[in-house]
Amino acid sequence: MAHHGTDIAAPAAHPRAATFKAGLLLVLLALLLAAPFFLYPIFLMKLLCFALFAAAFNLLLGYTGLLSFGHAAFFGGAAYFTGHAVKVWGLSPELGILTGMAGAALLGVVMGAIAIRRQGIYFAMITLALSQMFFFFCVQAAFTHGEDGLQSIPRGRLFGMLDLSDTTTMYFFVLAVFLLGIAIIWRIVNSPFGMILKSIRENEQRAISLGYAVGRYKLAAFVMSATLAGMAGGLKSLVFQFATLTDVGWQMSGEVILMTLLGGIGTLIGPVFGAGIVVTLQNYLATSDFPVTIITGVVFMACVLVFRRGLVGEFYASRIGRALGFTREQ
Amino acid sequence: MTMIFGIPVQALMGQLLVGLINGSFYALLSLGLAVIFGLLRVINFAHGAQYMLGAFIALLLAVHGGIGYWPALILAPLIVGVTGALIERTMLSRLYKLDPLYGLLFTFGLALTIEGTFRYFFGASGSPYAAPAALTGGVNLGFMFLPVYRGWVVIASLAVCIGIWLLIEKTKLGAYLRAATENPVLVQSFGVNVPLLLTLTYGLGAALAGFAGVLAAPVYQVSPLMGSNLIIIVFAVVVVGGMGSILGAIITGYLLGIAEGLTKVFYPEASNIVIFVIMAIVLILRPAGLFGKDA
Repeated sequence: MAHHGTDIAAPAAHPRAATFKAGLLLVLLALLLAAPFFLYPIFLMKLLCFALFAAAFNLLLGYTGLLSFGHAAFFGGAAYFTGHAVKVWGLSPELGILTGMAGAALLGVVMGAIAIRRQGIYFAMITLALSQMFFFFCVQAAFTHGEDGLQSIPRGRLFGMLDLSDTTTMYFFVLAVFLLGIAIIWRIVNSPFGMILKSIRENEQRAISLGYAVGRYKLAAFVMSATLAGMAGGLKSLVFQFATLTDVGWQMSGEVILMTLLGGIGTLIGPVFGAGIVVTLQNYLATSDFPVTIITGVVFMACVLVFRRGLVGEFYASRIGRALGFTREQ
Repeated sequence: MTMIFGIPVQALMGQLLVGLINGSFYALLSLGLAVIFGLLRVINFAHGAQYMLGAFIALLLAVHGGIGYWPALILAPLIVGVTGALIERTMLSRLYKLDPLYGLLFTFGLALTIEGTFRYFFGASGSPYAAPAALTGGVNLGFMFLPVYRGWVVIASLAVCIGIWLLIEKTKLGAYLRAATENPVLVQSFGVNVPLLLTLTYGLGAALAGFAGVLAAPVYQVSPLMGSNLIIIVFAVVVVGGMGSILGAIITGYLLGIAEGLTKVFYPEASNIVIFVIMAIVLILRPAGLFGKDA
């Protein structure tokens, strides 16, 4: 997905742009800290989980240019792994999430190694097929409890001390994990390694001719993205205390693509906003009998036809965005 | 009772037939995908939805218009094809100059919209669609009992597959098509209306999916979700076959259908995933696909 918006040749940013951006970040943080006292905390936690999921997905699509149609396998798979580790093995929540991440990473290695053998459109189809295979595995495997799903997963005590069954405590735990995940993604994107990923996105042949082992970089990005998606999935299973087949289905893979597309492919903060909009919309429509699928589909088509930069991408490309000196790594 | 590898012959033949039927649909659908991809460089995610649309139109024609199976076999693909051509003209054609992934995402959104709409109006459960009187009943072949309609499915899909292959390989229109696949700019400079060719191709691909849908209506239940799981399997078929070759898409479709049927006999637990496993193995051994030329 390299050529969706010409990178703007950095115009002179406003001299106080950096201060403004730091202020914006602080305001966002303050809002996240205050939010549970004004809004329904479960809704907020769901939003943060999906925001992290979309940001992890975007690490692959936005910065490496690989469209995975199978990220539900990592998200939903990790939800099962974490749930199983906490409920059956009796692990603490932080170790449970680590177990989920390890499982997602392992899945990522296997799926990634097969999928990177083809490029572009084939890559998308292969990841979709492999995740569907994992879906059927989950339908039949004993530990997922098939159609019933894994129910009443205990939240447990964080580090053996903090009781997470308290909703406010749980919210701040979720927020901490979310911020950690976003920080990791920011670090990856702005590292020399991230630069190489972006060069692969822009021109794979040239990256090869410069001597980079492109296959290994792609696989590494795939596994990192899968692991972070697993972080979001494991967290979600603790929030809702269940893991079901919905989390591993292809519809979920489609949803995370929509979140990223809507917010802005290849912007760090875009997927977070995209997830916010989609989750809010789902919450709003949950009480009506109008199917979400139709709206999802129409928004999808509209985004692709007229709105390819996404909300945040359009803002960055606008005059205000350029004056503030935003780049796609923010 | 005769046995082969410890399996009764009748059970084996029965599953082989089921495999052949499924393979017929895989072949028809992957053929349509390959035709569209060849010229448009778009993976048509809405193919499953268009297959469902074909079946539904046949059902609605029967319920509300009293129109039977045979007219529906022509009418439904026609309607699906024309709708497809309209969508290509008004929306899809704007995406050709972009990364092909946008075409995939657009048709994915289209599939969600179509399926969501049908689910909203008709619910998620399926409705039966009766086979025409001429094709009911069965014949006893001595070693197995063959329902006539199932035999018809295999024959009809084979005939259509061969017909499309001949159209593309042996006619003038097909020659234009193949030339435009190689070099659209050059073909246009010879005075061929390439944009129209693209619209017709998408319409043809969609009509093929609609035809498969009508063919499938008496075999499976007609339901809004009948296409969405099928399309993922067909994607795997297409990856195995490689999209470079029309004949390759057809052959792979039948082969994988039969492989799936045989797995149901020998190891039923894996029958859902066997096509994906074959895809993974093919990717490891021969990344370009069995019939693929491009790496």
